[in-house]
Amino acid sequence: MAGNITINFTVNGYKEVRTVNSWLSLLKFIREELKLTGTKEGCEVGECGACMVLLDGEAVNSCVVLAAELDGRDLVTIEGLAKNGELDLIQQAFIDHSAFQCGYCTPGMIMSARALLNRNPSPSDKEINEALSGNLCRCGAYVEIREAVKTCGKKQGRKEEARCP
Amino acid sequence: MSLKYVGTSLPRKEAIEKVTGSAKFLEDLYIGPLLYAKIKKSNVAHAIIRSIDTSKAENYPGVKAVVTGKDFPNRIGLYLIDRNFFAVDKVRFYGEPVAAVAAVTEEAAAAAAELIEVEYEELSALFDPREAMKPDAPLIHEELCRYELVPVFYPKSCTNIANHFKLRKGDVEKGFAEADLVIERNYFVPHIQHVTLETHKAAAMWGLDGKLTIWTTAQSPSAVRQLLAKSLGMPLHKIRIISNYIGGGFGGKAGATMEGLVIPLAKKCPGYVVRLVFTREEDIQGSFVRQALYSRLKTGVRKDGRLTAMEYEMIWDGGAYTEYGVNIVRAAGYSSTGAYDIPNVKTDSYCVYTNNPVGGPLRGFGMCEMQWGIERQMDEIAGMLNIDPLQIRLINGMKDGSSTASGQVVKHVAFDQCLKVVADAVDFGHKGGKYRGKGIAGMVKAPAQPSNASSSAIIRLNEDGTVHLLIGSTEMGQGMLTVFVQMTAEALNIPPEKIELRMPDTDFTPYEWQSVGSRTTYCCGNAVLKAAQDVKDQLYALAGPAIGVPEDELELSDTVVRWVKDHSRFIEVAKLANSFKKATGEGLTGPIIGRGSWVPTTLSNLDPETGQGNPGLFWTFGATAAEVEIDPETGAINLLRIASVMDAGQAINPQLCKAQLNGGAIMGLGTALYEELKLDRGRVLNHNYTDYKIPTIENVPDINCFVLETPEEGGPFGARGVGEPPMIGVAPAIANAVANAIGVEFNTFPITPERIVQALKEKARKEGELIS
Repeated sequence: MAGNITINFTVNGYKEVRTVNSWLSLLKFIREELKLTGTKEGCEVGECGACMVLLDGEAVNSCVVLAAELDGRDLVTIEGLAKNGELDLIQQAFIDHSAFQCGYCTPGMIMSARALLNRNPSPSDKEINEALSGNLCRCGAYVEIREAVKTCGKKQGRKEEARCP
Repeated sequence: MSLKYVGTSLPRKEAIEKVTGSAKFLEDLYIGPLLYAKIKKSNVAHAIIRSIDTSKAENYPGVKAVVTGKDFPNRIGLYLIDRNFFAVDKVRFYGEPVAAVAAVTEEAAAAAAELIEVEYEELSALFDPREAMKPDAPLIHEELCRYELVPVFYPKSCTNIANHFKLRKGDVEKGFAEADLVIERNYFVPHIQHVTLETHKAAAMWGLDGKLTIWTTAQSPSAVRQLLAKSLGMPLHKIRIISNYIGGGFGGKAGATMEGLVIPLAKKCPGYVVRLVFTREEDIQGSFVRQALYSRLKTGVRKDGRLTAMEYEMIWDGGAYTEYGVNIVRAAGYSSTGAYDIPNVKTDSYCVYTNNPVGGPLRGFGMCEMQWGIERQMDEIAGMLNIDPLQIRLINGMKDGSSTASGQVVKHVAFDQCLKVVADAVDFGHKGGKYRGKGIAGMVKAPAQPSNASSSAIIRLNEDGTVHLLIGSTEMGQGMLTVFVQMTAEALNIPPEKIELRMPDTDFTPYEWQSVGSRTTYCCGNAVLKAAQDVKDQLYALAGPAIGVPEDELELSDTVVRWVKDHSRFIEVAKLANSFKKATGEGLTGPIIGRGSWVPTTLSNLDPETGQGNPGLFWTFGATAAEVEIDPETGAINLLRIASVMDAGQAINPQLCKAQLNGGAIMGLGTALYEELKLDRGRVLNHNYTDYKIPTIENVPDINCFVLETPEEGGPFGARGVGEPPMIGVAPAIANAVANAIGVEFNTFPITPERIVQALKEKARKEGELIS
């Protein structure tokens, strides 16, 4: 039965408390309640990856998660990557490598890439392929995407080294 | 002339928006008090509508309006006006819109649409165009002979043939008589879908002042406005079409598609915005599909490899409505020798109504389907004559001065170079292993457009010398925004960051026929250059007298107009642009606005009997090569690499140009290996991304792309279009590689492991028979 549930969570670094319908998908919640429209809907059944967000650092298809499951968790959407007016390294890498065309799959693709690079800053081609295989891009920007993720990983590695000598 | 901005790989103009999630697509906008639309669709492929009962839907809580075909019986169509917004009296395909609901929530709209009761009387249905074109087949469009059409299409009344394109060049009988070898094969190309990540979407608001505003994912807002105006009987200025970023087009969003579905609802709910978002299933079943093609190709060739004659019969599955498809059939007909110069040609290209999903454009506009047969047959011919597949293509390939099937003379052709580039890239001719093979395919494409399809551009020079460029082309990923900013920057000699360009809005941006056919770089580009020249002319007319030098000795350089002979004689652009006045205060001129209006002047109608004439604004040539490895046990195909080359004339932005080549190669390999709509009596069975598999990043082989630059006379900076062409040669190159690997000729695709295993078994059986 549908009912209302109160959820406490953080989104893009801010604490929020909301009341949601128990059947509402996380995707609809993000787009329609939080008004964060960068996250896209492509299939509604977890096949295309356009709605990928980070939930406690893991990339998930928000269309197949319920908003109610957000309680006590940390959500990052595409809008939360750039900080203090500066693009995240992966966003810049996507620009440098022209790793998108129409841009509809891009937010989801970037979130999957971010999750991968967070756990593995120097992924092999195979690891990139595995991590991004759930993100479809009909424009076929995969060659450029792979390059973007690879070079971003290297830059990120250098940045982290610089921080901890 | 050295170029400063054109030819450089600037980042996409909309790059930051697209990587930060701030790029607005239709559904991301707040556009007013919203009502949600849902469609009641037919669940039969061919039937008379006996009755529609909407009473339960109308009484459903939250419902604001319900419409059926009776509410708006006018037809709509680009070339052959055969469609209604909603079915009237009859449904002709599974999933055809029959009625619609607008409600305050999506759930209410969906529930109410389900409550609409439609009573059908089923008619015998046709799913194979070869059956449907027979004289005694039941008619799908009884009124075909009364449909309005552009008079370059030739429907056969009282049949299901929506267009019969005829081409006769030279003397085909004589050509076959001269041949040492005549080969004839049947080919089949299945239906496929665009499956753009963003589905089709539209919203409409009908103001009480009679103004209709439409937000749509359409590729071509000017065309949508024109088609709707005609269908609705409204003047153009009362219809406003607003575009946003489009999440992929590939032709699926060309012309007018589903905008008409929200209009009757909006008319019943003035002041509200009625929005319809196709689900993935609705998108796959109910939007344009790539037409299936059944073809028979017969070629005559001399021992030395020279082709002497070709006879090509193409039977296209146009689907239930062929308003757009008739032109694909025509384009395939007038291009029917592909990239080759063949003196004697007989082509019959038929667009046939069936009760399958509606056919329409898909990246290549018939060229992928038509050139599949040619490129497969070239390899078979090469094998029979024991000539290298590269060599036979070089012998017959078009060169400067060759003539196309329609007798159009082509210029600035470097097709032989294209072939050599990809052959070198894969070390063509050297087999890499027992079950490995290499294949090559050529390709050519011209935009398919009316001979007078026009473009326009306006350049507003702001008071500070920055620029707004206004055009009607749309951005669906191809890079239009970046390319036109670069062209404007080059033409005006001002930095790209001083130029603003946004998506079109027909109330503010000028006319563009359509963003299709890889034509806008060329066509809209020419309009942009004319507008830039107009700006410069106006600036020079003011600057000459102001600094005391002849007008024709001036140049624009970022912030100043200066004398070419002495750069210290200059005047600031900002001064000229900001309502320039005399030293004594009297005003001289108002704001500077550049106008660019362009239409092709080199195209002609085609002869109705012979198809001869000049249909191609420019011809983009290219080639693809592929290498595969087959596992003979499992049939698994390991696509090792693809090499692709296009002659872009001049790459405006080389990085974006290469992205088109990479993307086209990937889309092409999807069709070669995975994609096929599975239809059961017109119903699409694989209507999701799990069952309709498109390439993922894991399926991408080593891709090596090359851009040639043989300048196109008449193209802006020598450029020609490259959006669609990179897809065309991919499927045949892969099939040719498979044939080279295992000696099996595939005349259809996708080439799946099952088909490989089956073909190898068949081959072994035949060889066994030969031995015994």
